[in-house]
Amino acid sequence: MLDSLPLRISVLVICVLWTVPTLGLFISSFRNPQLITQTGWWTVFLHPFEQGWTLQNYEQVIGSNGMGEAFLNSLIVTIPATVIPITIAAFAAYAFAWIPFRGRGVLFILVVALLVVPLQMALIPVLQLYSGLGLYGTFVGVWLAHTAFGLPLAIFLLYNFMSQLPRDLFESASIDGASAFQTFIRIVLPLSIPALGAFAIFQFLWVWNDLLVALVFLGPGADVRVMPTALFNLLGAYGGAWHLLTAGAFLTMIVPLLVFLALQRAFVRGILAGSVKS
Amino acid sequence: MAVDRAQGSGSYGSSRTVLVASLVGLILAIIGITVLIDKEGGQKLLASVYDLLGNAAGAEALRNGQGDQFFAKLLLVAIALLVGVGGIWLLFTSLSLLVERLRPSIRDRLLPLIFIAPAVLLLGIYLVYPAVRTVIGSFQDEAGAFTLDNWESLTDPAFLEILRNNILWLLIGTSGSVGLGLLTAALFDRIRRESLAKIFVFLPLAISLVGATVIWKFVYAWQPPSQPQFGLLNAVWTAFGFEPIPWATQFPINLPSEMLILIWLQTGFAMVVFSAAIKGVSSEIIEAARLDGASERQLFLKVIVPQIRGTIVTVTTTIAIVTLKIFDIVMSISGGRNHDDVVAVRMFAEMFQFFNDGRAAALATVLFIAVLPVMILNLRNFRRQAAM
Repeated sequence: MLDSLPLRISVLVICVLWTVPTLGLFISSFRNPQLITQTGWWTVFLHPFEQGWTLQNYEQVIGSNGMGEAFLNSLIVTIPATVIPITIAAFAAYAFAWIPFRGRGVLFILVVALLVVPLQMALIPVLQLYSGLGLYGTFVGVWLAHTAFGLPLAIFLLYNFMSQLPRDLFESASIDGASAFQTFIRIVLPLSIPALGAFAIFQFLWVWNDLLVALVFLGPGADVRVMPTALFNLLGAYGGAWHLLTAGAFLTMIVPLLVFLALQRAFVRGILAGSVKS
Repeated sequence: MAVDRAQGSGSYGSSRTVLVASLVGLILAIIGITVLIDKEGGQKLLASVYDLLGNAAGAEALRNGQGDQFFAKLLLVAIALLVGVGGIWLLFTSLSLLVERLRPSIRDRLLPLIFIAPAVLLLGIYLVYPAVRTVIGSFQDEAGAFTLDNWESLTDPAFLEILRNNILWLLIGTSGSVGLGLLTAALFDRIRRESLAKIFVFLPLAISLVGATVIWKFVYAWQPPSQPQFGLLNAVWTAFGFEPIPWATQFPINLPSEMLILIWLQTGFAMVVFSAAIKGVSSEIIEAARLDGASERQLFLKVIVPQIRGTIVTVTTTIAIVTLKIFDIVMSISGGRNHDDVVAVRMFAEMFQFFNDGRAAALATVLFIAVLPVMILNLRNFRRQAAM
């Protein structure tokens, strides 16, 4: 069965099956709104020029349905929520890996144990905290929340990577008189870029695609709504308006798909670092 | 090198420079934070800038919620990055440099604490304290008095249906993703353009679950039998002569329809991990099995699968946890109103629809209890693998 025709056909079938749903959405988003619900999108292959191709769905969903603003809000929420946890986690992971101190082992186990806590456990008390502090519906609130929720995994992944750095690096650094801080900045950080990058991609995709944290801490208000929330609202309010839903959904996917395609090797490396001993 | 060592502690300037720089940074950070905390912070700051530049009209518009709102938001992001990243760096740098000047015995104890302090602080506030608080809250009523009512409500039939659904998600969602992941990994392993093929299966992972739900709702779309079916599944279904079915909304077919969405996504994750694991199986073992006359299927099931057992456990537990916490798909497709309710969606409803924090807390704790053993299995397996 090695590279035979049946094998290649099965692979082709699988790839087609996996792509068809997204393809249908993509094609429909450019079709005339009436046509979308009258004829199947697959008919475009038979009658490619009678479709009334249009950009009006996108125009409408960006302008009147707030997807444009949601796009900006998503960028605003995601970028700090990616960069800040990496910074904090890098320092902590380095200390756990290479700076001996009392209680280090116990504390590290506690941090990793937090991986077990589902974020649903945090929602009610933190929401109450935010209401009291006036942080509900603010970007700061959701930045801090995403940062904190991302820390256990970040520290775990970065620790795994940093602890595997060769010991002689640190020995020669301390012979040269470098302090722990200097060692961190000049040696550990540059070497950790693959791990930092892999986690950055994870966190970016996770935050960009997140619905729950955004719904709970940011809310549905039009000025702070992120893309998943906006799409969710669209589903609720315009359930049958497929010309809007297809365009809106595709808009939410452009950035993650691009990030993913461009950086998939680093992404895969990151997944494997967390799941398989290489 | 001797020169380096002599310059070690003085290479960033005298203590005074560090102190002054830190103070300036601190003041800027405090200003930044006050802007960030204010809901209208970005707008007010930009308005003040406009005022300074003489653009009174622009300032006025901003304060009224119009005008250059976008730039106000951008300003907010810039400040957030400066405070969040720059501020953290400043904190670490200045504290580290200051601590370095202390006696080695104090320094060596203080430095690691500085490195882990922000992480520990955030984790304490956002995960440890809330987790404890939520468990306590599950035993409290509106007034804060002790009650078992919240937990009692978990015995009524509505919740048993929820439990049933989560178990179905766990069984079908996990086995579907793991099974298909194994299958695709094994198949793709043998073809030439493997990396290209894998991308197609892997791509949905980048899509949000809400987006995936829209995609599949479109596939599942239903029209009354008299009208043309624009949903792919019903178009194929009716071509075979059957009546169109509301795949997405009608119980019980809606359950596997929803699970298919997750499987569509998670198979890519499983496939990628299994693919790497399969490639890690020693070729000698495979060759030996082939020489012994094993068919391809026997080779896969009896040789490769046992070799990658650890990986299978890891992937299964990881996906299992995702299925237990499933929220986005069910929330977007029906809000749990078609007998497809799950714990996470119910919890959301208790919080924001019924304002019953006690019951919501109980539901969150249920999730915690459900996820805990699976997570422990996952971590233990991971450590066992890492030790191998």
